[in-house]
Amino acid sequence: MKQMMAAALVALCAGTAGAFAEPVKIGMITTLSGGGAGLGVDTRDAFLLAIKKSGNKDIEVVVEDDAQKPELAVQIADKMIQSEKVDLLTGIIWSNLAMAVVPSVTAQDVIYLSPNAGPSPLAGAGCNANYFNVAYQNDNFHEAMGQYANGDYKKTFILAPNYPAGKDSLTGFKRYYKGELAGEVYTQLGQTDYAAEIAQIRASGADSVFFFLPGGMGIAFTKQYGQSGVTIPLMGPGFSFSQDVLGAIGDAAVGVRNSASWSKDLDNEANKTFVADFQAEYGRLPSIYAAQGYDTANLILSAVAKASVTDKEAFRAALKEADFPSVRGKFKFNTNNHPIQDIYVREVVKEGDVITNKIIATAFTDHSDAYAKDCKM
Amino acid sequence: MQIPLLLEQLLNGLQFGFMLFLMASGLTLIFGVMGLINLAHGSLYMVGAFACAAVAAATGSFWLGLVASLAGAAAAGALVEVLVIRRLYGRDHLDQVLATFALILIFSEGTRWLFGSFPLYLDIPPLLGGALTLPGSAPYPIYRLAIIGAGLLVALGLYLLISRTRLGMRIRAGEADREMIAALGIDIRTLYTIVFALGAALAGMAGALVGALQSVQVGMGEPVLILAFVVIVIGGIGSIRGALFGALLVGVVDTTGRLLLPLALSSFISPSAAASTGAALASMLIYVLMALILALRPRGLFPAAAG
Amino acid sequence: MARETVFNGLMILVLAAIPAAALLFEEPFYLTLATRLAILALAAVGLNVALGLGGLVSFGHAAFFGIGGYVAGILAVHAFNMEPLLPGLPGTKSMPVIWVVSMLLAALIALPMGAISLRTSGVYFIMITLAFAQMIYYFAISWPAYGGEDGLSFYVRNGFPGVNTLQPLPFLLVCYGLLAAALLFFWRLQHSPFGAALQAARQNDVRLAAVGIRPFKIRLTAFALSAAITGVAGALFADLNRFVSPSMLSWHLSGELIVLIILGGVGRLFGPVAGATVYVFLEYGLGGITERWQFFLGLILLGVVLFARGGIIGLFAGRPRHG
Repeated sequence: MKQMMAAALVALCAGTAGAFAEPVKIGMITTLSGGGAGLGVDTRDAFLLAIKKSGNKDIEVVVEDDAQKPELAVQIADKMIQSEKVDLLTGIIWSNLAMAVVPSVTAQDVIYLSPNAGPSPLAGAGCNANYFNVAYQNDNFHEAMGQYANGDYKKTFILAPNYPAGKDSLTGFKRYYKGELAGEVYTQLGQTDYAAEIAQIRASGADSVFFFLPGGMGIAFTKQYGQSGVTIPLMGPGFSFSQDVLGAIGDAAVGVRNSASWSKDLDNEANKTFVADFQAEYGRLPSIYAAQGYDTANLILSAVAKASVTDKEAFRAALKEADFPSVRGKFKFNTNNHPIQDIYVREVVKEGDVITNKIIATAFTDHSDAYAKDCKM
Repeated sequence: MQIPLLLEQLLNGLQFGFMLFLMASGLTLIFGVMGLINLAHGSLYMVGAFACAAVAAATGSFWLGLVASLAGAAAAGALVEVLVIRRLYGRDHLDQVLATFALILIFSEGTRWLFGSFPLYLDIPPLLGGALTLPGSAPYPIYRLAIIGAGLLVALGLYLLISRTRLGMRIRAGEADREMIAALGIDIRTLYTIVFALGAALAGMAGALVGALQSVQVGMGEPVLILAFVVIVIGGIGSIRGALFGALLVGVVDTTGRLLLPLALSSFISPSAAASTGAALASMLIYVLMALILALRPRGLFPAAAG
Repeated sequence: MARETVFNGLMILVLAAIPAAALLFEEPFYLTLATRLAILALAAVGLNVALGLGGLVSFGHAAFFGIGGYVAGILAVHAFNMEPLLPGLPGTKSMPVIWVVSMLLAALIALPMGAISLRTSGVYFIMITLAFAQMIYYFAISWPAYGGEDGLSFYVRNGFPGVNTLQPLPFLLVCYGLLAAALLFFWRLQHSPFGAALQAARQNDVRLAAVGIRPFKIRLTAFALSAAITGVAGALFADLNRFVSPSMLSWHLSGELIVLIILGGVGRLFGPVAGATVYVFLEYGLGGITERWQFFLGLILLGVVLFARGGIIGLFAGRPRHG
């Protein structure tokens, strides 16, 4: 009898100390105001959707707006760690904010999961056991487009804003592209008029154009390109043709090929459920930022089920297993905690009145990044 | 460097310049008549773009949208003038900077509240789609030529308005001597509201015209605002002629600088490095131009009669 | 005047109460908030020399704030990587050295910038200072060596002899110390012959020229002093975040510094402190309540301009004796 009591007690303890009963507090720092708010809103909405659907009542998410200001993001991170005592941090959209926040967060032994940005220093020599990138390394999509361009094109004109992510983009493209360059142009960050560049493209004799212009810049470029009468085919990374901006570009985007690790027509159960649930909950199609936010939440849920968040060592190991149903189909972590995943080429199509993406090819299977070899972890 | 490409870039520079003129003329008019620095002018540009996009989406007509942008921005301008700006005329520039800075915050977040966080769709009207062939066989978008035309019309219209009409006479009187015009028994309050609404309408029109080329989103007005200030300072604050000249100068210098600087550098350094260094220098170019002009002519190229 | 002194005393109490509250309620984030407040106030004290005393409305002080920040960041990164900055010139992680370099560099850049800008006046001065700041902003964005738009992270805060700056409280006290020094400097300057000449130049430079004083030299000196103080604030801000980026150079920041001064009271000794206190608390408080906090911040700022002329101190202590 006594023994049985003891056993029951042990079981009870195991129950409370085990995975589910322990409260987990997640801090989400993302962009909810200003011009870039659309990306943060999608990430947050999908993340919260995944948590809600899991039915796990022990998870608390605190969301704060970084207004796309790196200094503010650092201060929010400090506050969440010092005052709110969060167990995990996530949510940052922009590379420059990630570069500001991630090193100091991981140095304080808090785990950070990136739902979007993947700057190269954090993938190489600056990698950290507390930093998990659930999205991509910044070069990945550009590399995929370079690889894909080899099939059809011999003389590509390449274009990006003059800032580190822009330079990484063109470097990534050139890493796999074997043809000739018809021109290489860096535009001003935040530039909205591309008449000068479009004239240069026309005059260059290029057979294709690769460009990386995130946010409003991409909308402006694609519209003006469509209006200019130039018909040289466009390619770009998926960011400029994600669901959040396609509506604003309109028909000018149709036919553009772009690379991404996810598309809403990707054929797997998790993705079908995700797209349907997201539409039902928010009344719009999810973007790639939403998909990555959703995966980030499910990765956390899978680790919470396996290990206690207070045991950092075990929790990191559980995260690294990446044992969750990714909307991208297959997903695993490389040695530097960055994804190994397939990267697809999509084409922008019109389905009825809605402009969206459709997968047309696979550029890479099980693609990792060029920096993992520099990561000593 | 091929001549047709240079010619095309020159046209692009003119088009950019005329777009800046639409912004700068309102800004300089408001400063000339009321002595007010309006940082929120970029917000009125955004209001125009959003009004145009919303009405064009609802009715399917860009032209109705354009009318809505003029009306919406003028109404927003008049409202702001009556509620806020009117109290700032006698104040020093500092108070005006703070108040209109606050208006930017209110307009930006207010617009996001109404329209959501995602950029809106606005396309050019089918009538102005397509391209003309320039000498040298480069096609040039008709819509951009239309912007140049609209800018010319506005410049002409403003000239006629100010030099030939009763309202224009009052505006000139207001620029010359603010006390005198009140003494003449002119209803100065209404005059100021009209001038402010007129400036707002011009900004709204610029927003709508450019919104069809670019993206209609929150915060779109701020880069343009800074450029418009550069323009009016170069031209001489308060001078419409100066605004026109300054706008075209900035437009052409900025556009051709972006093309020529990387090319010029590529004879010294590798193409990739030239592209990025050239782009860096090009983005600083108009500010260098402005500093140079002000260093030589501290009141701009066409100093207005009274500051 | 007496009422203003009472107000200043109250402000000092508020500043002292924040760390006490942080320790009492175990809310270490209040320390970070107070540090941010002190640094912004320090930057605004710098601007107040040019703007409040000299009447020079600089819309480009973010340039000096950012320069100070980059001095701290660049020296720290070089020290961390053990790479000399120039042959024979190592980086450093010593705050006093960084402060001196920030002040010198900010003042050095302010001299030519001021010399050209001071040829103009009024709105032209506002706009030309903005133009200079924009030049530096675009330069920082596209200059790849120190991170460009991504900015520059240095993982460990710089050190001050005998103080553990890694701890929030000692670092806060360092910032308070510098703020106090800057306030003392401002007070001494205000009541010195130089300060009198500067204020006289603001009100009537013709009369000043008539007695044989060249307002240009006085204004230029004030502009450089002002830049130096704002530069130190920038270095501290970089240390607070262990990070520096071009956003420290943006025109928004120049605008915010002006806002702090007007909010507190132009030309008042404690104006920047009062302004920064209210601004930081509004930002923090509203940000906690609503995603639309910028909307309400705008409304409140508007209310202050329209209905509280002379800022918070003006509201409390009445109009200043002059101005």
